[in-house]
Amino acid sequence: MNWLTNFVRPKIRALVSRGAELPDNLWVKCDKCGTMIFHRELEASLHVCSQCGNHMRIDTAKRLSLMLDEGFIKLEMPKPIVDPLKFRDKERYTDRLKRSHAKTTEPDAISSAAGTIGGVPAVVSVLDFGFMGGSMGIGVGDGFVAAAREAVARKAAFIAVTASGGARMQEGILSLMQLPRTTIAVQMVKEAGLPYIVLLTDPTTGGVSASFAMLGDVHLAEPGAYIAFAGARVIESTVREKLPEGFQRAEYLLEHGMLDTVVTRAELRGTLAKILRLLMRAAPLPALESSAPLSPPLSPPLSAA
Amino acid sequence: MRTFLDFEKPIADLEAKIEELRHLASDDTVNIAEEVARLEGKVNKLLRQTFAKLTAWQKVQVARHPQRPHGADYIAALIDDFTPLAGDRSFGEDAAIIGGLGRFRGQSCVVLAQEKGHDMATRIKHNFGMPKPEGYRKAVRLLELAGRFNLPVITLIDTAGAYPGIEAEARGQAEAIARAIDACLNAPVPIVSTIIGEGGSGGAIAIATGNRVNMLEHSVYSVISPEGCASILWRSSDNAQDAAEALRITAQDLEKLGVIDAIVPEPLGGAHRDPGSIIADVGTLIEDQLRPLLLLEGAALKQQRREKFLEMGQKGL
Repeated sequence: MNWLTNFVRPKIRALVSRGAELPDNLWVKCDKCGTMIFHRELEASLHVCSQCGNHMRIDTAKRLSLMLDEGFIKLEMPKPIVDPLKFRDKERYTDRLKRSHAKTTEPDAISSAAGTIGGVPAVVSVLDFGFMGGSMGIGVGDGFVAAAREAVARKAAFIAVTASGGARMQEGILSLMQLPRTTIAVQMVKEAGLPYIVLLTDPTTGGVSASFAMLGDVHLAEPGAYIAFAGARVIESTVREKLPEGFQRAEYLLEHGMLDTVVTRAELRGTLAKILRLLMRAAPLPALESSAPLSPPLSPPLSAA
Repeated sequence: MRTFLDFEKPIADLEAKIEELRHLASDDTVNIAEEVARLEGKVNKLLRQTFAKLTAWQKVQVARHPQRPHGADYIAALIDDFTPLAGDRSFGEDAAIIGGLGRFRGQSCVVLAQEKGHDMATRIKHNFGMPKPEGYRKAVRLLELAGRFNLPVITLIDTAGAYPGIEAEARGQAEAIARAIDACLNAPVPIVSTIIGEGGSGGAIAIATGNRVNMLEHSVYSVISPEGCASILWRSSDNAQDAAEALRITAQDLEKLGVIDAIVPEPLGGAHRDPGSIIADVGTLIEDQLRPLLLLEGAALKQQRREKFLEMGQKGL
């Protein structure tokens, strides 16, 4: 402490904070078409641009409440080893982590919750692009495995919402090992006879797309979501040609057979609920419960003729 | 003609001198022989010193050495009756992954080997060892075949990475890799994977989730190429050396991290100086690892692989 912090700084802070009290995010600019959207309108439209339909990135809290029925609980995520390689580039990995913690208030790029979707039990894991680009290291891998186990224990569907730049370089080879680890988690859910559904959101690339994001029983994606293994810049520098219009967007992947459907945010919960009910509440129909035949055969069996 | 790496300059100079002396027809042969022997001793000492403490970046260069023995060389030396099997049955054949049936030490097996090629024609044929989706889908097909006939699988990894191109993306590169990882982990037969050169990220791990995973002494295995990492984090590919250090990509570091099971020591000066001996040593290791695995049931093998990978990441350096 010195005279500067004791006496001068409060005044400066007062000066600055007066400015900060003015809300600066009343209007949000659509990064696609440039339309200015009033914040209340944006909330109401689930952060979809009313002009161009651009599905803007949303944080985990919004995503969870958008998908799950009311009354879900957030799951405690495991706390794995931090910075196993003591990685340092221009700055320390631990400093980058601290910044992301402060920004998102989450321990890592994955959050999970348990609850129901349209009344069907479900565990949802969400990657947060705001946390170091949603990159997958040990924390994300451990969180994903824990959520899959939780789904198995609850006999619930497991739903992954992906948004990731890929593996977390700062964890080196251990981030690459999350590809098999998350794949094992998916296998555990599938072996338990439970549905594993992926919602691919903008952007889903690299190690995440090359593992659990592409192993779903059903693949949904948000409109316009960028979904790729190799990023556009890498491809451009390899092939040295311009990439086709709409390349690696959700609609492109749908056309190329990698997705089941592209679903808007407004339709998301309804679509999920329908799929989950069809998969998990397949039987019994009232008619099947009774011993009476479902309906008389249309014609006598061939053998009786 | 041997290709020398930048850091091998002093070694190259000495070896050139030895060559020169050998070609000197002269009267005092004895003196020349003595001089050659003296220089050879010096070369060996220099090689030993240099290769005992290669930096991560130097190892990258050794792992990428054009004369390093490649997948096809291992198959030729280790696999009898090798019968290549081609195609993914839905789009095409991808020669970046050589696959087939064969006999290893008398045991019938499935082999999957990434191959970079050794001259321009073969490099183009094998797409420089960068597989496309059809390569990984062929791998899945052969893994399933191995499961049906209870054949162990030997995989040899050597790739800069999966091919980043328009058609590869259009045909679902990400999905193809994910399915290959899934198929490896699900296979009810023993899988032994060995990184013989470069283990380039997703393109490598697609066929590298074995019950045993090995690396050659100077091979590298990484989530991203040092050049790629440098250009993202340092914003300049000039920092590839720094990235190579930071990423911890050497066999020695990966063993400490519990990611690999064994390191195969390379001949003095790297695998390319004595391909025959390194291939034989890899064969011996694979045999030693396969023997006990062949006694296990499918479910136990699968369980062992799962536990092995789920445990990874519990310890740092």
